[in-house]
Amino acid sequence: MTEISETKLPGVGTLHEFECRSGDRVGVISHHAGRREMVVYDGDDQDRVSESVTMTPDEARLLADLLGGTSVIERLDDLRHDIAGLAIDWLPISRHSPFAGRTIGDTAMRTRTGVSIVAIVRGDHPLPAPGPDETLRANDTAVVVGTADGIDAAAHILAAPGV
Amino acid sequence: MTLAAAPGTATLLVELGAILLGLALLGRLAARFGIPSIPLYLLAGLAVGEGGIVELVTARDFIENAAQIGVILLLLLLGLEYTGAELTTALRDHAPAGAIDLVLNFTPGLLVGLILGWDARAALLLGGITYISSSGIIARVLADLGNTGNRETPVVLAILVTEDLVMALYLPLMAGLLIGGSAIDIGFEIGIAIAAVITALVLAIKFGHRVSAIIFHRSDENLLLSLLGVTLLVAGIAEHLQASAAVGAFLVGIALSGPAEHGARTVLAPLRDLFAALFFAFFGLQINPADLPPMLTIAVALAVLTAGTKLATGWWSAKQAGIDRPGRLRAGATLIARGEFSIVIAGIAVAEGIEGDLGPLAAAYVLILAIGGPLLARAADPFGRRFSQRAGTSPPTRLASHQ
Repeated sequence: MTEISETKLPGVGTLHEFECRSGDRVGVISHHAGRREMVVYDGDDQDRVSESVTMTPDEARLLADLLGGTSVIERLDDLRHDIAGLAIDWLPISRHSPFAGRTIGDTAMRTRTGVSIVAIVRGDHPLPAPGPDETLRANDTAVVVGTADGIDAAAHILAAPGV
Repeated sequence: MTLAAAPGTATLLVELGAILLGLALLGRLAARFGIPSIPLYLLAGLAVGEGGIVELVTARDFIENAAQIGVILLLLLLGLEYTGAELTTALRDHAPAGAIDLVLNFTPGLLVGLILGWDARAALLLGGITYISSSGIIARVLADLGNTGNRETPVVLAILVTEDLVMALYLPLMAGLLIGGSAIDIGFEIGIAIAAVITALVLAIKFGHRVSAIIFHRSDENLLLSLLGVTLLVAGIAEHLQASAAVGAFLVGIALSGPAEHGARTVLAPLRDLFAALFFAFFGLQINPADLPPMLTIAVALAVLTAGTKLATGWWSAKQAGIDRPGRLRAGATLIARGEFSIVIAGIAVAEGIEGDLGPLAAAYVLILAIGGPLLARAADPFGRRFSQRAGTSPPTRLASHQ
């Protein structure tokens, strides 16, 4: 996984940057005011930004989509900021999971832990808002939202054989 | 009750309209040449004050009151830019840079004041004027040059944050010194003021989100009235405690967070633009242009000296952060601009009337560095690159990074 570094820019916002395999360094500045600035670092002087593009949040989301990103995760991220105490996690469904090949309804997740499965990521494709009769498959990732304790319990249910 | 206006009203409206229109035209001119509008507003003030081209008669009182609200709004919106966490992190991580900045840039002003044979308090004010960079102009320069993402920028911003915090202690200190009285009285006043500032700062960082939740209202109209009411109230109380109204407003800005903060920025920014423009003009208005030429030599010398010390500050601080030479030069050059806060400090001196030469000197000094600072920052980039190529410090990644 690429290492992303985060720098706080007091009065401006936050800068996230990483180095691509090609050696180019790119970054995104999230301004307090909401707009996004995409920056590319100079090959010769690595402290200097050689190109910068300023985008509205909508344009940034569009670019992320065009680059093959998924907007599900970002929207969930927004949600987390809004509600204190709400946790979100990505739980892998392994081959040994008792629920690989069974439906979401079978897990009775909401009744048992209060946790909701809000999306399933299958390969590169996210399945947002799956219904209770959606089948979980091995190697899926379940995106869950709930309290931190609830998510611990949910991880246990999805991982442990039996129960 | 009659709707007929008082005789002065027509003149007041004409004068106010003319000055706002004049400021607007100057703002367009500034944008055309890529220079900050602050120095031009100051010149406009000089032109309509005593000894200027035309002298405002009726609008002066209004502009004087507007100027006070301008300072409060400037500082309120500055405080809004920072969260409590950003302040504490910047102080913790960049304290040495902040200390070097204070020593290198406060001392020249202080010494020049003393050499000119001024009262110690006037010399301390001149120290403040040369110390504080303009966060407003610098933020604009960083955005215009596309330098916000540069690796030396966090260093520059941390220095600005530290300066703003130092200002929150410096203004009450000066307010205490300016009242005068026995050493014990002064010490007592300053002690109370600084204790109040520190308490308010801690409270703002700890309980800011609760206050913000109470202040926030969905209606922009109500939010505007609530924000302005709270800010003016706190500023007034701060002024009463000799902690300076500006500092009170700054603390309100820091305390606000969440939806109230976003809303405040939207509804208050246009008001700030109006009143701050009048504040810069009012400072110029108080100064007789005839007093400027005798101060020009000293102002130029002080500007050159303190451009050098800011350059050294930025260079040293960026070097500590592991930045290469071109970046160190950019950091230093970016910090040179002086502007709104130097005028806030000089405004205190003019209002108190403690040293006649301080106002004109500060006006000339700010005019030079508010225009010269951004130009130097612009020049630093190409110059720095040539400089590094000559010195042969081009990093080897050049071969690796492009196909």
